[in-house]
Amino acid sequence: MKKLRENPLLLSAVIAIVALVASFWLLNNPRSTLPFLLTLGALLAALLQPIPKWLKVLIGGAILLLVIPAAGFKNSFLFELGIQTGIYAAMALGLNVVVGLAGLLDLGYAAFFAVGAYTWAIFGSPQANEFMPWKIFPLPGEYFYLFMLIAVVVAAITGVVIGSPALRLKGDYLAIVTLGLGEVVRVLANNLDQPINFTNGPQGITPIQRPPIDWFIALLEKFGLQLSRAEAYPLFFYLLVLVIIGIVTLVNIRLDRSRFGRAWIAIREDETAARAMGIPLFPTKLLAFATGASFSGAMGALFAAKQLYVSPESFTLIQSIMILVMVILGGMGSIPGAILGAATVTILNVDLLKSASDYLNDLRNAGFTLDLGFFKYNFANLPNQLEPAKYERMVFGLIMILMMIYRPEGIIPERRHVLEMKEES
Amino acid sequence: MKKVLELKNVHTYYGQIHALKGINLEVYEGEIVTLIGANGAGKTTTLRTISGMIHPKEGEVLFEGAAVHHLPAHLIVKRGIGHVPEGRRIFPRLTVEENLEIGAFLENDRHKVEERKAEVFDLFPRLAERRKQLGGTLSGGEQQMLAIGRALMQDPRILLMDEPSMGLAPVLVDLIFETIAELNNRGKTILLVEQNALKALQVAHRGYVLQTGEITLSGPAKELAENEEVKRAYLGG
Repeated sequence: MKKLRENPLLLSAVIAIVALVASFWLLNNPRSTLPFLLTLGALLAALLQPIPKWLKVLIGGAILLLVIPAAGFKNSFLFELGIQTGIYAAMALGLNVVVGLAGLLDLGYAAFFAVGAYTWAIFGSPQANEFMPWKIFPLPGEYFYLFMLIAVVVAAITGVVIGSPALRLKGDYLAIVTLGLGEVVRVLANNLDQPINFTNGPQGITPIQRPPIDWFIALLEKFGLQLSRAEAYPLFFYLLVLVIIGIVTLVNIRLDRSRFGRAWIAIREDETAARAMGIPLFPTKLLAFATGASFSGAMGALFAAKQLYVSPESFTLIQSIMILVMVILGGMGSIPGAILGAATVTILNVDLLKSASDYLNDLRNAGFTLDLGFFKYNFANLPNQLEPAKYERMVFGLIMILMMIYRPEGIIPERRHVLEMKEES
Repeated sequence: MKKVLELKNVHTYYGQIHALKGINLEVYEGEIVTLIGANGAGKTTTLRTISGMIHPKEGEVLFEGAAVHHLPAHLIVKRGIGHVPEGRRIFPRLTVEENLEIGAFLENDRHKVEERKAEVFDLFPRLAERRKQLGGTLSGGEQQMLAIGRALMQDPRILLMDEPSMGLAPVLVDLIFETIAELNNRGKTILLVEQNALKALQVAHRGYVLQTGEITLSGPAKELAENEEVKRAYLGG
């Protein structure tokens, strides 16, 4: 392994070959999990290992823009997986600003996602007719992009409103208050169907307009791809998410290197010293909070358009915790870490655990007998309750515990943590 | 000479505890003024009151003639009062250079930031050698240099230094006091809090002796160093 690292040519060749093999395997077996994971592994290796930049771009571009879409036409679940990963990655990057950079533990992050989602859901569906005098709703799908920006602003304002009381507290107290205020947003969404019907309460809002994609279908036709609307939408959202992730990542990198990025890190490291340097604590923390919230708001609007349906159930505490798990798993303060954490948790959650359940079910139904000589087990006796898909919370808990014990700095630690480890050894 | 800083009858409390009982103190431009006293006399509290970390209950802090005691800490820094906090408090997980840049948080002009960084590196060549190293990996003396350098990045009109020699080896103590004299030569006004009264009185122009929240003696540093009471209580003889 060490030899491989010291020889960039060999390393590049190995990664390129693995990427190629994985891609073909995936294209021939779009429904199985293993080739998909290998493809993602190759993508990850290409992006993180020290290989030439052009090769990174080539492998990354080929896998994200060709292989996964091509496999996605055979198995649209891959698009769904990609879109969900992207939405969560953008949110993890947002939460990374709050938790990773500024060191503020926010357990109510899903609230901003809800605010963004409802911003488009209410006006992009007939819902707004309930309380607005002009019967012009739903607004046409073109307005989606405008509302994504509005969602950013509304979420940022909500961040300021929630942050203003909460950020006067520290540590555990801050975590508990954000948790409570986050729940308040969900409860409001649940109950604001009376006296005036803003949110349609627990029934949720549907149908929500999607951005029109006639131009996109026409564009694909020029490339010789004939797609129906139902086929084109997943691809469209997948590509849209990729673009957004690109933008969000750039914004994150800029923030990390900006004055404010430094000020956030200073506050995280030592509040008293930060104050002595002339950093105004409260406004700077509030800025981190609002920035993180705005990322979540934008993704909320996208989520609403993709799902066609929003209800308060989508914005529970477990959502907030899941995003926090992504940030911690990837490495607090680390941008690639947040993306990797989001991908790992999402794939685990929506794919691997379900696959494991299906696999166990198959074994059970087939009455497969495991025979190790000293140990025999007939899978037909497996209790029905044993379903990995239902254990997501336990699995997250386990991940957190194992990470805290063996790798508290995360899978891809922030550069500063890496430096720290190096200096110590 | 221009009066840079003036404390008028300042009373500061920690909850019920009356920590400062009417402090009167003046610092003129270009001076090194030292505040000496035993543990718990209120030296650090005096500096924290000036820099806005705590607010006085009574009395006034005047900076260049304007009252600043009601301002939050960051605005006081903005006015031009730099603070080298007790125990250094550098950012251990940031590099030397990043530490300095955080010191220049209030300065928007990149050129000025680079200029000041160069000045700091000129003053402390040791820091220049270690610019990419993490703050936490520096030795105690280097960390103190970094803490001073970080405060200088704001180009303050007056520098408040809280026990810069604390916990350092004798060689480094000498080095820090040389640095203080050098800073003063370059035109910085300094208010220095020290337990090492002997050294502090050697480098300072004037001094104040603080005892349980009150100023009991003041005068030119040389006279204080000769004072029998000061000798007995603080100079070990």
